[in-house]
Amino acid sequence: MSSWIPLWLHKLGSPPTFYRFAGKLRPWMLALAIVLGLVALYGGLVLAPPDYQQGDDYRIIFVHVPSAWMGLFIYGVMAVSAFIALVWRIKLAEVVAMESAPIGAAFTLITLITGSLWGVRMWGTWWTWDARLTSELVLLFLYLGVIGLYHAFEDRRQGARAAAFLALIGIINVPIVHFSVNWWNTLHQGATIRLFGPSTMSGSMIWPLLTMMVATKCYYVFSLCSRVRADLLALESGKDWVRQIAAGETAR
Amino acid sequence: MNPTRKRRLIIVVMVLIAAAIAGGLTVFALQQNMNYLFTPSQVQEGQARGYKTFRLGGMVKEGSIQRSSDSLKVTFTVVDADGAMPVEYTGILPDLFRDNQSVITTGHMENGHFVATEVLAKHDETYMPKELKDAMAKAHKGRKVVETGDEPAAATQP
Repeated sequence: MSSWIPLWLHKLGSPPTFYRFAGKLRPWMLALAIVLGLVALYGGLVLAPPDYQQGDDYRIIFVHVPSAWMGLFIYGVMAVSAFIALVWRIKLAEVVAMESAPIGAAFTLITLITGSLWGVRMWGTWWTWDARLTSELVLLFLYLGVIGLYHAFEDRRQGARAAAFLALIGIINVPIVHFSVNWWNTLHQGATIRLFGPSTMSGSMIWPLLTMMVATKCYYVFSLCSRVRADLLALESGKDWVRQIAAGETAR
Repeated sequence: MNPTRKRRLIIVVMVLIAAAIAGGLTVFALQQNMNYLFTPSQVQEGQARGYKTFRLGGMVKEGSIQRSSDSLKVTFTVVDADGAMPVEYTGILPDLFRDNQSVITTGHMENGHFVATEVLAKHDETYMPKELKDAMAKAHKGRKVVETGDEPAAATQP
C-alpha cells in the first residue's frame, strides 16, 4: 500500500494486533462512558435550571441530542470504513463498518423514541411528517438495510461488500438530516449548538450536554471494540493467532 | 497504488458522485414542491387554493386568543410578517400554546377563516434559565420586547 501511511497504522490494521489493542482500550472506554454519563445525567437532571419556556420537560435533551449526534457520527464512521473496505479490501474496515451499524441503529431508535416523547409534551403530537423527522426515520431504515443486506449473504465477506455499497450511498442522507431544519419549514426547531458562531443555550445547560456527547462517544468505542473482537475471532477462526487464544482460554 | 485498487477507487468514487447528484437533485426538487406549511400571507395570496386541507403556520397574535365559556372552542389569529388569518379550533391545546408562540395548525378554509383540526406548538432552539429570561426582559423594558414565548429570531421563521 502507499508509503505515506505510517507503519503503526498498517500494523493496527492486522486482525491480531487490533484484537489486542481493542482488548486494552475496551475497559477504559467503558469506565469513561459510565463516569462521564453519570456526571452528565447529574448535571442535566439535577444541577441544570429549568428552561424559561419548557420548564423541566426540556431535560430529555440530555439523552435525545447526544443520541441524535451519535446516529449521524456513527453513520459517518461506517461510510468511511465502507469506502476503505470497498477500495482496499481491508478485512478490519469491513468488520468495523458492519459492526457499527447495529450501534448506530440503536442510537437512532433512541433518538426517535425520545423525540416522540418530547414532541407529545411540547408540540402536542407524537409524530409528524416534517423533513427532520422523516429523514431521521430514513436514517434508521438505512441502518436496518445495511444490517439486513449483510446477513442476507451466505459468505460474510461478500455480504459485507454489498452492504458497504449501501452504507456508502446512504451517506447522502446525513447532510439531509443535518440541514433539513434550514432547508425546509419544519416543526422541529433549528440547531442549538453551533460549531461556528454562538450557541443559543446557557452554559449551565450546555456542559452536561457536551459531557454526555463525550460519554456516548466512549460508549460507542467500547461497544465497537467488543463487537469487532468477537467478529474477528469468528472470521479468522482456524488461523494461528486465534488458535493460540483458544488454547490459552482452555488451559485456564 | 496498483491498477486493481485504482480501478475500484474510481468505480466507488463514481458511484458516490452519482448518488450525490441524485440526492442533490431530489432535495432541490423537494424544496420547490414540499411545503410543510403555508404562512398566512401565502394563503392570502392564494397559494394554498389547490389544497382541501393544509397546514397553516405562524405566530399567535398577542391578545387574540378568545376561549368559549361553555365549550373547548377557541379562536385566535395567526400572523406572519405581512399577513393574518383568523383560526377556529375545538379541542385541547398544547402546553406551550400562548401569545406570540409559533404554532402549526392543520385544517381547511371556511368562509374566510381557517378551521383547524390540530394545533401544534413549535418551540425555538433557545434554552435558558427562567431567571435569565426575566433579567433580560427587565433590561430591555424600554424597548418593545417579546415578554413570553419566542425569541424574535424564531418569530420570522414559523
